[in-house]
Amino acid sequence: MNLGDHLPLLAIILPLLAAPVCVLIGRAGAAWLIALTSSVLSLAAAAALLQGVVQERTVSYQLGGWAPPWGIELRVDLLGAYVLLIVCAMAAMVMAYARRSVIREVEAALIPAFYAALLLVFAGLAGITVTGDAFNLFVFLEISSLASYALISMGRDRRAVSAAFQYLVMGSIGATFILIGIGFLYLMTGTLNMQDLAQRLPAVSDTRTVRAGFAFLTVGIGLKLALFPLHLWLPNAYAYAPSVVSALLAATATKVAVYALLRFIIDVFGADFSLGDMPLNLLLILLGSLGILVASLVAVYQDNVKRMLAYSSVAQVGYMVLGIGLASAAGVSAAILHLFNHALMKGALFLALGAVAYQMGRVRLKDFAGLGRSMPWTMAAIVVSGLSLIGVPGTAGFISKWYLVLAILEQDLWPLAMLVLVGSILALLYMGRLVEAAYFQHPEKNTVVPREAPLSLLLPLWVLATANLYFGLFTDLNVGIAQQASSQLLEGRP
Amino acid sequence: MSAQALLPWIITLPFLTAIAVLLTGRWPNLRETVSLAAGVGQFILVALMTTYWSPETTPSLVLAEPIPGMALSLSPEPLGLLFALVASFLWPVTTLYAIGYMRGHGEENQTRFYAAFAISIGAAMGIALAGDMLALFVFYELLTLATYPLVTHAGTDEARKAGRVYLVILMGTSVGLLLFAVIWTWQLTGTLSFTPGGVFEPDTGGLLLGTLLMLYVLGTGKAALMPFHRWLPAAMVAPTPVSALLHAVAVVKAGVFTILKVAVYIFGLDTLAGLAAADWLAALAGLTILLASLIAMTRDNLKARLAYSTISQLGYIVLGAMLGNAAGVVGGGMHIAMHAFGKITLFFCAGAILVAAHKTRVSELDGLGHQMPLTMLAFTIGAVSIVGLPPFGGTWSKWLLVQGTLDAGLWLLTAVLLVSSLLNIIYLMAVPLRGFFATPAAQTSGMREAPLPSLLAMGITATGCLLLFFYAEPIYRLVWGILL
Repeated sequence: MNLGDHLPLLAIILPLLAAPVCVLIGRAGAAWLIALTSSVLSLAAAAALLQGVVQERTVSYQLGGWAPPWGIELRVDLLGAYVLLIVCAMAAMVMAYARRSVIREVEAALIPAFYAALLLVFAGLAGITVTGDAFNLFVFLEISSLASYALISMGRDRRAVSAAFQYLVMGSIGATFILIGIGFLYLMTGTLNMQDLAQRLPAVSDTRTVRAGFAFLTVGIGLKLALFPLHLWLPNAYAYAPSVVSALLAATATKVAVYALLRFIIDVFGADFSLGDMPLNLLLILLGSLGILVASLVAVYQDNVKRMLAYSSVAQVGYMVLGIGLASAAGVSAAILHLFNHALMKGALFLALGAVAYQMGRVRLKDFAGLGRSMPWTMAAIVVSGLSLIGVPGTAGFISKWYLVLAILEQDLWPLAMLVLVGSILALLYMGRLVEAAYFQHPEKNTVVPREAPLSLLLPLWVLATANLYFGLFTDLNVGIAQQASSQLLEGRP
Repeated sequence: MSAQALLPWIITLPFLTAIAVLLTGRWPNLRETVSLAAGVGQFILVALMTTYWSPETTPSLVLAEPIPGMALSLSPEPLGLLFALVASFLWPVTTLYAIGYMRGHGEENQTRFYAAFAISIGAAMGIALAGDMLALFVFYELLTLATYPLVTHAGTDEARKAGRVYLVILMGTSVGLLLFAVIWTWQLTGTLSFTPGGVFEPDTGGLLLGTLLMLYVLGTGKAALMPFHRWLPAAMVAPTPVSALLHAVAVVKAGVFTILKVAVYIFGLDTLAGLAAADWLAALAGLTILLASLIAMTRDNLKARLAYSTISQLGYIVLGAMLGNAAGVVGGGMHIAMHAFGKITLFFCAGAILVAAHKTRVSELDGLGHQMPLTMLAFTIGAVSIVGLPPFGGTWSKWLLVQGTLDAGLWLLTAVLLVSSLLNIIYLMAVPLRGFFATPAAQTSGMREAPLPSLLAMGITATGCLLLFFYAEPIYRLVWGILL
């Protein structure tokens, strides 16, 4: 057995093992280096894994050599490999960016622990995408959630602690619901392996227990997903966490929750049951649409830019959920595509905010006055990724919107198509406020004119900003895989 | 050299210019020389391409293929060549004017101004030469974004408010309605290429086509059809060269150009003539023509008056496109060029009056003709051309548009056009009349004209109005090419 066979395990074990090493070494610089190295190696493993999955087929890995359904199976299909790549790529970018930003935003003594927690979040999220076991998924979800509560509470603002507590309460309710749901399924089928579950569930799907389990699971995942109206923990958590944490969570955490939703409702329960027998499709369309509309509107009125983008994330989740609710190959692939593109835009935007916070200390709207001149590269990156968020043609966001609207029109739901486009206009409004402040407003008197952020922050930021443009014009990679993954998911496993 | 070889240069030159402007920002003289030289070069390139172009050897260029089977492509056709010619000719002229104006007025952020201007021209070239609706849409949005910093240039509260109105109306209509129409068209037909005779199957339902046409025409906010016209008067806070860009060179022209393209190459004139929705839109355009003229009469601020005049004149072109006959489309196409020359002259004059005499209101202009005779003369020429009287270019396009309404048998619209011309005379000619014949309130001291570069620019465009009357044939022939 060579190294290539262990790729699914490698991607998660590297950060998982690196985390305690960070704490043991206990020095900030070394901890950062370890975190960066392990995430870059994970990224390499994830890229190799995706290549393998695209060429051949689903990879199954038996942990410790124990065969499923008794042993834990890591099972990576196209969707899993694709989300894993997103998670690893964003983690690598964030780690590369983190060093200077963390020194400024986190208490020096806590920095090694901070990197350990960051690696645990990453390992947990990556684990969710590769596991083939329902209970294992819950465990990874808890690893990442617990670590993220700790990370959010390390924010400089004292409100970070209450935000972390709020998230802890809501997140734990969600986790409990998921656990209850999985318990019900185990009760009825006697298995925790997802493949096994999928085979045994149809026989018992007409029972109240399975239906209750389904409900618990979807609500629990909905909480993690920040599905409107279960999103209330998210704006504060993103707003008061250290910049690096906001960026990592915004770019990956909700994406992985979308993945978990897809995995359970389409793979485990089957699309016919979830989106046909159960009225989840209508529910997802309704909540997704409301989320787009309400969260975007709220975002327009935020004065803290991080909160504004947090609400925007809730709205963006609405687009993905809406796509899933359409219950068609086109809809699901639009959702999977947007998952990728949204990670690019939100990652870039939150990294840019981190650069502003690095220089200004705060990210209120009025702090942005005059930044177009004093921090031209940072602001240009915000403009580029903001355009992508709006969905201006030539950017990744446009491609997402295009496929989503196409999927909606396929079912003649044209009011929904209008709604998606209205969402774009609302995004224009809130991003417009930011751009206007930065370029056309003079800073208040007596404020120090900041300098441009250091290169170590700008480089990762611009990698992501450029990716927004690249994937707006050349879409073979993400569109191709999204469509294949969606058909693989809907037409049953190969 | 062939048209094919020129195409990549035409689309990249303005963007390269923007980069060059940013790099040379520290040396204003060099920066402006670069802008001016690029403008002249651009016009030469477009003019060469127009000479080399023939229907058999249409060049084409694929920029990218973001969605499989749907390319972003450039493929010039006669109407687009005309628009590109107008825009690229007026670019260096406006730059010339801007050099005088921006320096005379002591504006800030001039590097940003020239860079955004160059990008706007690049976007206009993209719109003009687009080979499919997606490419057109991409450059249409780019034009909105590139002109936004120009509209908010001053950075005052009023300018930022205007910028907000500008962005929200233009992006709102284009994303909410136009993009919707584009995606819907793609979903129905599987193609977005501009195809002579239209892309829809003959058996497509009339109601569906009518809805789509409404979405297309109302979604093209740049055409300023009422009720989506508010952005144009709001944008008058921008520096005058920007107004010239908006009203003559690129922005509104891009709007009506889009509508003409959609009428000819997405729907096809025959299909269009049979649609009830086209008649409704023609009526809406007629209403816009009249209402905007009436509002213009009540405006004392010169730029606001000119802005409403533009809205009214754009209505002519939309009307021509919606008639669904040859005369209407050719008249509309020609009016793009004719109105561009007339209106840019008027805005140049308004800016010159602001810089030299610090006046913005029509009621303050009494006797200004003695102080600024050349400016007032240019204003008169521009005004007469827009009214549509010989010996100026506007005559021909209005002639054809009137003929178009007669061909379509829409007598009421014929009457609208004629009444509107009378209104034009009243509110435009009032300016030179006051300037030359009214007695000034206070005694002014001798002649004090606008800066020389500005005067020169005005002279060029005013002469253009005159030449377009005598040498209208090449343009007429060029535009006829779209119907072959």
